[in-house]
Amino acid sequence: MGKRFLMKGNEALAEAAIHAGCKYFFGYPITPQNEIPEYMSKKLPEIGGVYLQAESEVAAINMIFGAAGTGKRVMTSSSSPGVSLMSEGISYIAGAELPCVLMNIMRGGPGLGGILPSQSDYFQATRGGGHGDYRLLVLAPSTVQEAVDLTMLAFDLAEKYRSPVMILADGFMGQMMEAVEFNETHMDGLPDPAEWAVGYMKQRGSRALVKSLYLDPEELEAHNWKLQAKYAEMTKNEKRHESYLADDAEILIAAYGTVARIARTAINELRAEGVKVGLFRPISLFPFPYEPLEALPKSVKQILTVEMSCGQMIEDIRLGVGKDMPVSMYGRVGGMTPSVEEIKDQVRKALGR
Amino acid sequence: MAKFLRGLIAAGFGGQGVLLLGQIVAHAAMKEGRFVTWIPSYGPEMRGGTANCSVAISEEEIGSPVIPHPDCLVIMNQPSLAKFEEDLKTGGVLLYNSDLVTYPKPRKDITVIPVPCNTVALELGNEKVANVITLGALAAASDLVTVEGCKATLAELMGKKKAALVEVNMTAFDKGVEIARKALG
Repeated sequence: MGKRFLMKGNEALAEAAIHAGCKYFFGYPITPQNEIPEYMSKKLPEIGGVYLQAESEVAAINMIFGAAGTGKRVMTSSSSPGVSLMSEGISYIAGAELPCVLMNIMRGGPGLGGILPSQSDYFQATRGGGHGDYRLLVLAPSTVQEAVDLTMLAFDLAEKYRSPVMILADGFMGQMMEAVEFNETHMDGLPDPAEWAVGYMKQRGSRALVKSLYLDPEELEAHNWKLQAKYAEMTKNEKRHESYLADDAEILIAAYGTVARIARTAINELRAEGVKVGLFRPISLFPFPYEPLEALPKSVKQILTVEMSCGQMIEDIRLGVGKDMPVSMYGRVGGMTPSVEEIKDQVRKALGR
Repeated sequence: MAKFLRGLIAAGFGGQGVLLLGQIVAHAAMKEGRFVTWIPSYGPEMRGGTANCSVAISEEEIGSPVIPHPDCLVIMNQPSLAKFEEDLKTGGVLLYNSDLVTYPKPRKDITVIPVPCNTVALELGNEKVANVITLGALAAASDLVTVEGCKATLAELMGKKKAALVEVNMTAFDKGVEIARKALG
């Protein structure tokens, strides 16, 4: 085991990005993710990187656009309203096929909402957010250690697919401290930025043009099919999930991120009472791991989706299980977090006990 | 045998050092090989408002980091007593700042330890160490962490930035241990 550090989720996300080779951060402050830029503002200048606080989220994401065009590892972080402001730029980055890592430490919405945790940006994250037919690869950690591991993976996946990758967490995860270790990984066979990025004129012998503008409709259609082929490739290769005590479960709780860990405690306590309940936890939200839902254990008679939203991930759960499996929903919103007791009550209610 | 699982809530005014107290406990428990989570109450707080943190310590990976019923309570101001006292588990330990908090009708099913941490801190010449006195008392009165482990962690964390303050903090910690041991008899 490596050296363990007690770190806040936000700080651990930032440190993991540095371990992954990220040297450039552009952003704009917003609660509850401020420890990420704070950490970066201290650390990046020390390692010869750049931390820059932009004048707005719109400016920050366009700085990311520019920096990502050089093929260097770059990232930004924000929280819900800030990510909305960034959405135009994210669409441009996806259209221009640039790698970067985005972090959304979600807070309650809509509008300016509040500063407490939420999961109500699931649609925004997994269905695009900005305009046009694009997708983000979205990873949702449930522990601070997983946040570290997925952040390192996110930088590799961004380069592998030349696509923005989002870490989707919530204020709870950002503020919580847990023990973490930083085990650096390296993905083999990543494309060489010299093939496409600006600044490699000598090696390549030709200039690079980074753009999302295709005025010729035939060209733009071809570009779209190319992007779709890439998303199909992600869908084939990058689905991740965890099942917990699902094999003999009568009822499965579907939850991700912070809610999944609260559900885990509820499941352990219910199991001690003899209730056969398990957990399905998607880790990649796009691509969504539908297959385990398509082939559930015979014992599973129903699904209870628990989210800090009014019901967003539940749509993917329904897509996975089909119309014959009953799926119910328990949500807390606006910064409220479902408690272990509430989840236990919902399970008992669903089972008619 | 039931697995080791403990919950601590430390609560007080912003500035009394309750968040740091919880972090030191979490740090010490991590060094003792346990899983830990620390969560602050975060929200639109203001200066002079209340602050609290929850620390879970376990032999196993921790699911929910929320602690509805703590095993230990550290109460640094009056509003926190009203807020958390009834949530403490039977058999739990409640430490309170007896310089600021009155607790006229203590529960009979818990261990209650008054800690005059502001008075003792002033005697030591540094009123900022009140939370460290309480930390020492907590370490001695509970099984969250060992007294030695907690003190070593405190020294390590202080030593990083505030070497000059290590000595007064060590003395403060020892005072807290003494207060708790005397109270426990």
